[in-house]
Amino acid sequence: MSVFQSDDPLLQVRNVTRYYGDRVGCAEVSFDLWPGEVLAIVGESGSGKTTLLNCLSTRLAPTTGAIEYRMRDGSMRNLYQLSEAERRLLMRTDWGFVHQNAADGLRMNVSAGANVGERLMAVGDRHYGNIRSTADDWLGRVEIESDRIDDDPRSFSGGMRQRLQIARNLVTNPRLVFMDEPTGGLDVSVQARLLDLLRRLVADLGLSVVIVTHDLAVARLLSHRIMVMRQGNVIESGLTDQVLDDPREPYTQLLVSSILQV
Amino acid sequence: MNDTAAIFDQGEYNFAYLDEQTKRMIRRAILKGIAIPGYQVPFASREMPMPYGWGTGGVQVTASILGKDDCLKMIDQGSDDTTNAVSLRGFFEKTAGVRTTYETAEASVIQTRHRIPEKNLREDQILVFQVPIPEPLRFLEPRETETRKMHALEDYGLMHVKLYEDIAKNGHIATTYAYPVKVNDRYVMDPSPTPKFDNPKIDQMAALQLYGAGREKRIYAIPPYTKVKSLDFEDYPFEIQKFDKPCGLCGAEDVYLDEVILDDKGGRMFVCSDSDFCEERRAEGHLGPMAADPAAAHIGGIQPEETAR
Amino acid sequence: MPVRLYLNNVGKSFTMHLQGGSVIPVVENVDFSVEAGECVVLGGPSGAGKSSILKMIYGNYRCDEGQILVTVDDNIVNVAGAEPRDILKLRDDTIGYVSQFLRTIPRVSAEEVVAEPLIAQGTSETEGLETARALLSRLNVPERLWTLPPATFSGGEQQRVNIARGFIAHYPILLLDEPTASLDAANRAVVVRLVEEKKKQGVAMVGILHDQDVREEIADRIIDVTAFRSEAAA
Repeated sequence: MSVFQSDDPLLQVRNVTRYYGDRVGCAEVSFDLWPGEVLAIVGESGSGKTTLLNCLSTRLAPTTGAIEYRMRDGSMRNLYQLSEAERRLLMRTDWGFVHQNAADGLRMNVSAGANVGERLMAVGDRHYGNIRSTADDWLGRVEIESDRIDDDPRSFSGGMRQRLQIARNLVTNPRLVFMDEPTGGLDVSVQARLLDLLRRLVADLGLSVVIVTHDLAVARLLSHRIMVMRQGNVIESGLTDQVLDDPREPYTQLLVSSILQV
Repeated sequence: MNDTAAIFDQGEYNFAYLDEQTKRMIRRAILKGIAIPGYQVPFASREMPMPYGWGTGGVQVTASILGKDDCLKMIDQGSDDTTNAVSLRGFFEKTAGVRTTYETAEASVIQTRHRIPEKNLREDQILVFQVPIPEPLRFLEPRETETRKMHALEDYGLMHVKLYEDIAKNGHIATTYAYPVKVNDRYVMDPSPTPKFDNPKIDQMAALQLYGAGREKRIYAIPPYTKVKSLDFEDYPFEIQKFDKPCGLCGAEDVYLDEVILDDKGGRMFVCSDSDFCEERRAEGHLGPMAADPAAAHIGGIQPEETAR
Repeated sequence: MPVRLYLNNVGKSFTMHLQGGSVIPVVENVDFSVEAGECVVLGGPSGAGKSSILKMIYGNYRCDEGQILVTVDDNIVNVAGAEPRDILKLRDDTIGYVSQFLRTIPRVSAEEVVAEPLIAQGTSETEGLETARALLSRLNVPERLWTLPPATFSGGEQQRVNIARGFIAHYPILLLDEPTASLDAANRAVVVRLVEEKKKQGVAMVGILHDQDVREEIADRIIDVTAFRSEAAA
C-alpha cells in the first residue's frame, strides 16, 4: 500500500527565483514532488522558506522560473499560466493551505459547519443536509465534538481552530496541501496532538504536502524529504532522516546541533 | 399645474434637477446595466440636495430617464404618503413639473423604496429602486477588489455560506429582505431591501427595473422578462412569507401586510403595505374583517384633499 | 543462495564543520555480500564503524564512496545513489531495521506502532493488529500496555516494542542494530527464534550483536570491521 507508486511527479519546480527589489527572496529553487510525498522546507526566519511556499501556492508570482502541476486530468500545467478562474478552482478543490494563524485561514464570523462546508458550496453543492453531514463527518475526523458544529471559531481554542482549518481544507479531498508552520504558537501538548492528527490524515489520504517549519522535530515527524534553506538558497536536501542524522553543510550541522534535547 | 411646478417654469432648475451631461452619463451607465443584467455598473454619482440614505441613487436614475410626458409615482415602504415618498415626489414636482400619481396603473415611472407594487407592472412602465448597499457579498467579504473578482469569476459559494448559517441557526432561511437572487443565470444581485415576498415579482417582470445606489455609486438593471432566481438549497427551497389572515381593511389575500398598532392596549391590525392597491380594492367594494372598526378608521389612509394632483 | 545485498568498496567519513572542518574518517573499502537466508554479523570494537555501515545500507547515512547494491525482485538498486523516494520505497518493502531506540510518536498505541510496517505493506488493519499482538505477547510485553502509547514504557519494554515492529513485516533484508542489548535471557531467546524464522524465510540479515552467546547462535559469518578502518584513522 505504498503511496510512492506513481512515476509522475505532481509538482515540478524549476529555477524558481523571487526578488524583492534588489533583495533575493529565494533563488534558483528546483525540485519535484511526487504524490503522497511530504516535503519539509526548513530554515530560520528570513531564509526564504515562506517566499518559496507562497510562490509554489500561486500566492506570489516568482520573478523567474516555472512551476508545473499535474491537474486531475493528468495534464501538466504551468501554474502561472492558469486563468484566474482555473487557479481559484484549483485552490479550493485540489489544494489546501493551512496557515500558521488559523484566523487567516478561517472565516471567524461563521460557524464551524459553514467553514467546513464552504468549499462544497463553492463547487456547487446545493443540498444543505449533505453539506452538513459532510461537515459533521470532517469535524469528527479532526476530533471536534459534533455539538460544536454551529459555534463560531472565535469560541474555539488555538488547537481546535487549527484542526478546524485542516478540516476546511481537506473536505474536497485535495491532493496537495501547503502548510505554513501549522503547529507554531501552540502549546507543546496541543502541538503533539495536532502533529499526530496531521501524520495520520496525510498517510490515510495519501496527501502530498509542502510544509514550512523551523521546527526540525516537526519535519522529522511529518516529512519524507527535507530542504534546508539559507539566505534564499536551498543549501541541502534529501531524505529527512539522512539530512538530520548525517548533515553535510555547515549550516545544517549548526541547525541540527541547536536542537534542544529533552 | 401647481405652485411648485411653477418654480421649474421660472428656469431656476434644469429639467429634473440634473444637468444634461450628467443625465447622459447616467443613461450610459443604465444602458450598460441593461446590457449586462445584474452587473453593478459604477457611475459618477452626484451630490444631491438630500442626504445619502434618502434615495439619492434612485433619484438620479429617475431624473435621467424622466421625460415631460411621464407620470411619476413615489413609493416608500409601499405607501405614497410617508416622508420619503412625499419629499421625493415634491422634489420632482418642483424640478421637473411632471404629473404625479398614487395609482400604480397610471404611472409610467415608479420610484420605490423597499417594495414592489402588488399590481402587475406593464412593459411601458419602469420601476426604479433606491438601493442602500448594492453589493450582496459585502457582509461576507469586505474587500471590494475581491468581491469584484468573485462576480467576474462567478465565485458565489459565499452566498450559500450565508444561507447555510441561516438554516443552521434558525432552522430555516431567515433572510426576509434583501434576499439574494441570481439574474439571468449569471450575476448574483441584491434586490435592495425589499421583502423576499416581492422576489417572485422580479422574475420575468414585464417592466424594466433600474437600481440606483447613490452613496455607493452603482447602477444595475434587470431588463423586461429576465429570469431572476432566488438562491436556495435543494432541501430548503426558497419560500415567500405567508400571512395567516387577509388585509384588515380590504380583505386582500396573498399580499404583503404591514402591522399597524391601533392603541396602547395591544390593539393591532394587519393591512396592505401597498396603500394604493388597498384603496383601489376598497373603492371596488372589498371589505376586510376590520374595515368597520372605528379604531381603524383613521388608517384608512388618504383623505380626499391629500390626493396627488 | 542468491545474493541479496552487496557492498562494493564503500567508504564514509564525517566532516565536522562546527569543529573547524575536521574530517573524521569512518570506513573505507568495505566490501562484502549477504545471501538470502544468511545472517552476517559485523564484529569489531566500538567506534569501528559497524553502526555507520548499517545506517548506510538503510540510507540513513550517506555513502561517500562505492556502491550499496540491493536486489529487488529482478532489479538491482544502488542505495548509495538512490533518490529519496526510492530509498523510502526500499524501506517500505525491502529493507527493515531493528534499532535499539524507539522514536515514539505521540498518541499512537504500542500495537499500532508495531503493526504499522505490516499494514503499510498491504495487510489489512485487523490482521496487522492481530499479528502485532501475537508478537508483543511472544516478546512478553504485558497485555495491558498494548493499547497505550509506548512513550511512558520502561526502556526494556520500549525496546521490545521496537523489536516487534522490526520483525513484523516481510523484508527480504533485515538490519539488526543490537536488538538484544539489555534484554533478559528469556527475551533474548525469543529474538534468537525470530531470527531463525527469518532465516528460514530466506531473509538476508546484517547485524551488530555484542552479546557473545546470541552472536554465536545466529551468526553464519562474522566480518571484522576493523579491516575496513581508514588508513587515515588507523
